[in-house]
Amino acid sequence: MIPAEFDYVAPTTVDDAVRALADAGDEAKILAGGQSLIPVLRMRLAAPTKLIDLGKVTELQGVREDGGALVIGAMTTHYDVVRDPLIAEHAKLIGMATSTVADPQVRHRGTFGGSLAHADPAGDLAAPALALDVEMVVHGMDGRRTIPASEFFVDYFTTALRPGELLTEVRVPKYTGWHAHYEKFNRVAQAWSIVGVAAAVQVEGHTITQARVGLTNMSSVPVRASGVERALVGQEATPEAIKAAAQHAVEGTMPVADGNADAAYREHLAKVLTSRAVTAACG
Amino acid sequence: MTTAAEPGQEVGKGRLRKEDARLITGRTRWTDNISLPGMLHMAVLRSPMAHARITNIDPSEARQMPGVLAVVTGADLADKQGSLPCAWPIAEDMKSPDAPSMAVNQVNFAGEVVAAVVARSAAEAADALEGIDVDYDELPVVLDLEQAIADGADLVHPDLGTNKSATWIFDSAEAGTGGPVDEAIASAEVTVERTFRQQRLIPAFMEPRSVVVDPTGEQVTMWSATQIPHILRLMLAMTLGVPEHKVRVIAPDVGGGFGGKLQVTPEEVITFLLAQQLGRPVKYTETRSESLASAHHGRDQLQKLTIAARRDGTVTGLKVELLADMGAYLRLVTPGVPILGAFMYNAIYKIPAYHFACTNVFTTKTPTDAYRGAGRPEATFAIERMMDELANELGMDPLDVREMNWIKHEEFPYTTVSTLTYDSGNYEAATARAKELFDYDGLRREQAERRQRGDTVQLGIGISTFTEMCGLAPSRVLGSLSYGAGGWEYGAIRMLPTGKVEVITGSSAHGQGHETAWSQIVADKLGVPFEDIEVLHGDTQSSPRGMDTYGSRSLTVGAMAVLSAADKVIEKAKPIAAHMMECSPDDLEFANGTFTVRGTDTSTGIADVALAVFAAHDLPDGVEPSLDSDATFDPENFSFPHGTHLCAAEADTETGQVRLRAYVAVDDVGKVVNPLIVEGQVHGGLVQGIAQALFEEAVYDESGTLMTGTLADYLVPSAADMPSFTTDRTETPSTTNALGVKGVGEAGTIASTPAVVNAIVDAIRHMGVNDVEMPCTPMRVWQAIQGGAQSAAGPGAEPGGGMGSLDAEGGAR
Ligand SMILES: Cc1cc2nc3c(=O)[nH]c(=O)nc-3n(C[C@H](O)[C@H](O)[C@H](O)COP(=O)(O)OP(=O)(O)OC[C@H]3O[C@@H](n4cnc5c(N)ncnc54)[C@H](O)[C@@H]3O)c2cc1C
Repeated sequence: MIPAEFDYVAPTTVDDAVRALADAGDEAKILAGGQSLIPVLRMRLAAPTKLIDLGKVTELQGVREDGGALVIGAMTTHYDVVRDPLIAEHAKLIGMATSTVADPQVRHRGTFGGSLAHADPAGDLAAPALALDVEMVVHGMDGRRTIPASEFFVDYFTTALRPGELLTEVRVPKYTGWHAHYEKFNRVAQAWSIVGVAAAVQVEGHTITQARVGLTNMSSVPVRASGVERALVGQEATPEAIKAAAQHAVEGTMPVADGNADAAYREHLAKVLTSRAVTAACG
Repeated sequence: MTTAAEPGQEVGKGRLRKEDARLITGRTRWTDNISLPGMLHMAVLRSPMAHARITNIDPSEARQMPGVLAVVTGADLADKQGSLPCAWPIAEDMKSPDAPSMAVNQVNFAGEVVAAVVARSAAEAADALEGIDVDYDELPVVLDLEQAIADGADLVHPDLGTNKSATWIFDSAEAGTGGPVDEAIASAEVTVERTFRQQRLIPAFMEPRSVVVDPTGEQVTMWSATQIPHILRLMLAMTLGVPEHKVRVIAPDVGGGFGGKLQVTPEEVITFLLAQQLGRPVKYTETRSESLASAHHGRDQLQKLTIAARRDGTVTGLKVELLADMGAYLRLVTPGVPILGAFMYNAIYKIPAYHFACTNVFTTKTPTDAYRGAGRPEATFAIERMMDELANELGMDPLDVREMNWIKHEEFPYTTVSTLTYDSGNYEAATARAKELFDYDGLRREQAERRQRGDTVQLGIGISTFTEMCGLAPSRVLGSLSYGAGGWEYGAIRMLPTGKVEVITGSSAHGQGHETAWSQIVADKLGVPFEDIEVLHGDTQSSPRGMDTYGSRSLTVGAMAVLSAADKVIEKAKPIAAHMMECSPDDLEFANGTFTVRGTDTSTGIADVALAVFAAHDLPDGVEPSLDSDATFDPENFSFPHGTHLCAAEADTETGQVRLRAYVAVDDVGKVVNPLIVEGQVHGGLVQGIAQALFEEAVYDESGTLMTGTLADYLVPSAADMPSFTTDRTETPSTTNALGVKGVGEAGTIASTPAVVNAIVDAIRHMGVNDVEMPCTPMRVWQAIQGGAQSAAGPGAEPGGGMGSLDAEGGAR
């Protein structure tokens, strides 16, 4: 499979990347890890005339602390996210979800920013990002702006990024001491989620004091399971209470039917997996 | 002076494979790695329509594109391309449509070639495909087997007047091998009837198919990623009318086939014709998507079975009615694949009345053909599922029902109701060993406990006591089945002056390890070191005769030919050795590579004889200066590996997800030449069979488009999805070949599918389930538990859902 011809540039700074993007106009595409973009090009589902490879923009790689938040560079690979100590301490949910992505080869190339910008409803990182209320930092010719996760995912493969804008960083509030679990349901190890549930909870004594739950692949965008969150807070962390709360998981969802699952089965899975995710998070 | 090495016993040694380093690193001669001076590249345009008339093709824009040397359409090739061969006309009145390599007026499946471009680079060729404009006039698609044979059905090939290609029947009453099955059913104390669907599978070999044709020599040379270089040469000659001696075919290293490269492909023919036309080497390598859509598929049958039995569990009759999907055309052995199964439904059981009828049906889908096991996995699945269903009906343990009906070890050789004579076997021993390794009784206890306490996760035990016929095949049997060729194999030995040995085999390895196994066998036979042996194969020039590799035939047939060639070498060397030592040939003994004068310590190594033959200065009168020998071996019978496989599956009743907890495979493949290779074949085979049970299916949408068109949708499992296998062997040598070997290439695939599905059904049977259609996806299992759709098929048959949410047909859903 051979993609249509394209030009290629590999800037080394964000500024240069932004300029390259502006110069090339609509016909350009950002290349991050290439794990989603390259297949699209090879199948000729898209034929951009220029690729702007962020692989050499070192300032976009890695995780750092910035006061009450973690900052994850858009070009941080899944592999690096999974083994990052800051993420393990302050944003465990993201590390857990990332560890379920694809296989080792893909995790070594695919990036955190690329995944979020790609906005595949079956992708595993958007639901945790939404549940944790992260903030997307983007750069364009007009400078820097931030977009809350709740406004970032617009539709299938569509984000609030404007033409000429680059996702550069993701700011994650610290969830130090929270318990978390990502429950992924798929058929073979390297596959995307049929349904996934991201859950983070604070538990004091036996009582759930805070809860954040996000759903993967239950709509064209990730879904915040607010009903479940509300039903959990103040409850004892018992299987019965969690199961009862999980029944709210289908609220606000619009699941599709495909070869792996019809809508009714997805709704059923959302409830079962929410219950399991929260139970596992509560330990 | 070279002396023959102290030969340890090579046969039986778990040697690492000679060929692994180059195959695993890929630093070798795959067809796509071949680059010739002046070589051009071909790309083909495929029909997106499943069934349509081609009303116009306009290639003019493509012809103007950079680097393009030729653009051809079906009209350009119509007079030259002939019809792709089908070597297995199963019935005299079999209907077989003309099978052009490039569609001329009409396309009959999505993926059929409609045009080709040859350009200077592969990229230019791919680009130019977008400059070809094709107009189609859509015809109704034919997708469903039952509808295809109903009255008034739309026809794939209207000129044939029907979608039925042929019907093939075996009846034990007619054959005189058993009673009439309808009487057995009518008078049965118990009958069980089931319909199973063998879903369509895709061979999914690792190396996509690739072909290079060099027309610049006196012979046209074709390199192809094929399993069958010899058959391919013959078929090219017969299809295209080129003289056979003007064609040389080479299968260099080939990255897997599983039957998928047992084919004469449209792309091989088109590349051949275009290379000839342009007078320059041309290469074509398919993409993975092209491979999935257009290389032949496997399985795809509807199986209706009725089993009759007495209340005590004795089986009294078996009736099998099949519909088999041919796809749009009959490829090399398409019609014969389901017929191979006819001999295997009775399996290891003594069944007194048997009837088999198969109707081959055309649809507007990719042609089907051989896929690992070819006919035998389908048969084994159906009978092993039926034995479980019968046991359930009778309230008996499924192992007990099997034991009650199987052939006892003292009853071999045993002639079955379907006319085969099983030479050897010991089902008791394999089953006893499997039970022991599996902790059958312990798992049954746990299963009862989980049911008792209504555990979310239920446990099931699946059994498969299988046999298969392999070592294809005695030529006279193939003749009686109207197959177009014999089943012999060729082997030769060349003794080099330095004592090194070249072994030539007509088998064509594509990952099996022939180079290692043949070296082990010849090392023992000739008493030369393993390292001193080179195995040559896959080139019609170096290995001039051959029937190639498929049907677990290489060891039982191919290695036997090599072995008899080695015998001839020893016979030829004997008079020369005697002459060298000035004794009578009758006084010589040959062992460990050395001729010894009986009762003395005077000896000569075979390498010394080889050197003396090379010099030829002093040979006995009338003896030709050559030790080289060849042989052709035609087996007298098939071989019948068997075994007992036990699978423990956990079904999550809340989600329908199935996890395999334990899998025990005890196989009896007769004598083992290399246990490591056997182990590899068993593991790979198990994964492929389990994949049919749980993961893989080629799904078409209602327009006849393949929806599982990438490996993100067609779910080939990896090691991460498999349990750790427990394997062991019993060893009951075959009595029909001198090596005592049986064949192991397909056993794991044949045995494992029913073991897994039986385990799943066993786990949830108490919830009212008696079948789950394959692949047993979580949704199907869950729906079966809900008592939803009758067969638990339903929406699981819908396509999509692989590349994340990316639809390979065009963007997001
Ligand atoms: C076999 C396989 C299995 C997979 N399984 C999973 C899975 O289980 N779960 C899962 O979540 N994902 C899975 N993926 C997808 C994987 O996570 C990808 O890495 C990810 O979706 C895209 O990241 P990338 O860095 O490769 O981006 P690319 O492929 O390079 O880019 C993806 C898209 O985002 C755009 N983009 C990238 N970076 C930026 C940026 N900084 N600013 C603006 N736009 C940008 C690109 O232009 C492109 O349109 C799988 C992929 C493969 C190949």
